[in-house]
Amino acid sequence: MKRLAMLLLLAVIASSPLATLAADAVPTEKDSIAAARAVKLSEKLRCLVCQNQTIADSNAELAQDLRRQIHEQIAAGRSDDEIVAYMVARYGDFVLYQPPVKPTTALLWAGPGLLVVFGFIALARILRARRARDAAPPLTAEERERAERLLGSNNGKDSP
Amino acid sequence: MNKKLLIPLGIFVVLCAFLLVGLWRDPREVPSPLIGKPAPAFTLAQLHEPAKTLGPADLKGQVWLLNVWASWCVSCREEHPLLVELGKSKVVPIVGLNYKDESVAGKRWLAQFGDPYNVSVVDRDGRVGIDWGVYGVPETFVVDKAGTIRYKQIGPITAEALEKKILPLVRELQKS
Repeated sequence: MKRLAMLLLLAVIASSPLATLAADAVPTEKDSIAAARAVKLSEKLRCLVCQNQTIADSNAELAQDLRRQIHEQIAAGRSDDEIVAYMVARYGDFVLYQPPVKPTTALLWAGPGLLVVFGFIALARILRARRARDAAPPLTAEERERAERLLGSNNGKDSP
Repeated sequence: MNKKLLIPLGIFVVLCAFLLVGLWRDPREVPSPLIGKPAPAFTLAQLHEPAKTLGPADLKGQVWLLNVWASWCVSCREEHPLLVELGKSKVVPIVGLNYKDESVAGKRWLAQFGDPYNVSVVDRDGRVGIDWGVYGVPETFVVDKAGTIRYKQIGPITAEALEKKILPLVRELQKS
C-alpha cells in the first residue's frame, strides 16, 4: 500500500510543471557544444576595455556585449572563422590574442626563432675562438731549446 | 676597444629607441580597421523623436561627425563644451550616438550640459556601437560625403585634436 502511494506520488511529481521545468534546465548536447564553442572563441579574443583580459575573463560591458554577439552568431549557424572575421573587421587584429601571420607581423613570429639561431651562431663562434686560443701553439726549435735550458738549470732544486 | 662589443651596444640602442617611442604611445588607442571603409549602416530611433529614425544613408552627400556619448560617461563631460561650441559654429553636422543609455537620462543630460547634436539616435543595447568598433566612450568619427569613415578620435576630443586634425580634415573633405 505504502509502495503504491509512493508510486502515485512520483507519477504526480513527474507529470507536474515543475518536472518539465527541470527538464528544460538540463542542457541538450547541442547546447553544450555551442556553449563550449562560445567559451573557446571568447578565450581567443581580447577585451579592448581591459586590454590584458580575454572577452571570456572580462566583465566589462563591452565584453558582455561581445559574448552575447558570439552566442547569437553561433545560434545563427555562423562558423568560428566567420565570427572571428566579424570581430577583426570591427576591432582590428588587436582583438586576436594570437596575431595573424602577415608581412607586418613577420618579425613578431620569426623573432624568437631568429634570436635562437643568432644565439647559437654566436655561441659557436665564441667556443671556436676560445678553443683556438687555449690550444697552445707548437714551440719552435729555438723556443724548445730555451725552455729546456731554463728547466735544466732548475734541475734538482725545488722552485719556490 | 673591442669592435665586437659594439654589436650588442648597437642592438641595445635600437631596442631603447623602440621602447622610448613606445613610451609616448597610448596603448588604449587601437587603430580602427574601419578607417577608409564605408560607415556601417544603421537605422535607429531618434532620441527626441522616437517615431523618427536616422541612419548614415540619410546623411550621404555631406561631411558629418558621429559622436558616441552617454549620460553615464564621465569623459564625455570633458569634451562636451568643445562639442557645444562646434555645434554653435554650424561648421559640420554632428550626430550623437546615445550609447547604452537610458533615453530619459540622456535627454536630461543634454538639457543640463547643452545639446550640440543635430540629431541624437538611440543605441540602447550597443549593437550599432559594436558595428562601428566602439570600445571606449566617447569616440568621434569623421564621415565624408561618400559615406566613408575618414578619422576616428578615441576618447574625449581635445582642443588640440579639434583644431589640428578634425576641423582641417572636415574643411578639406567639404571642399572635395
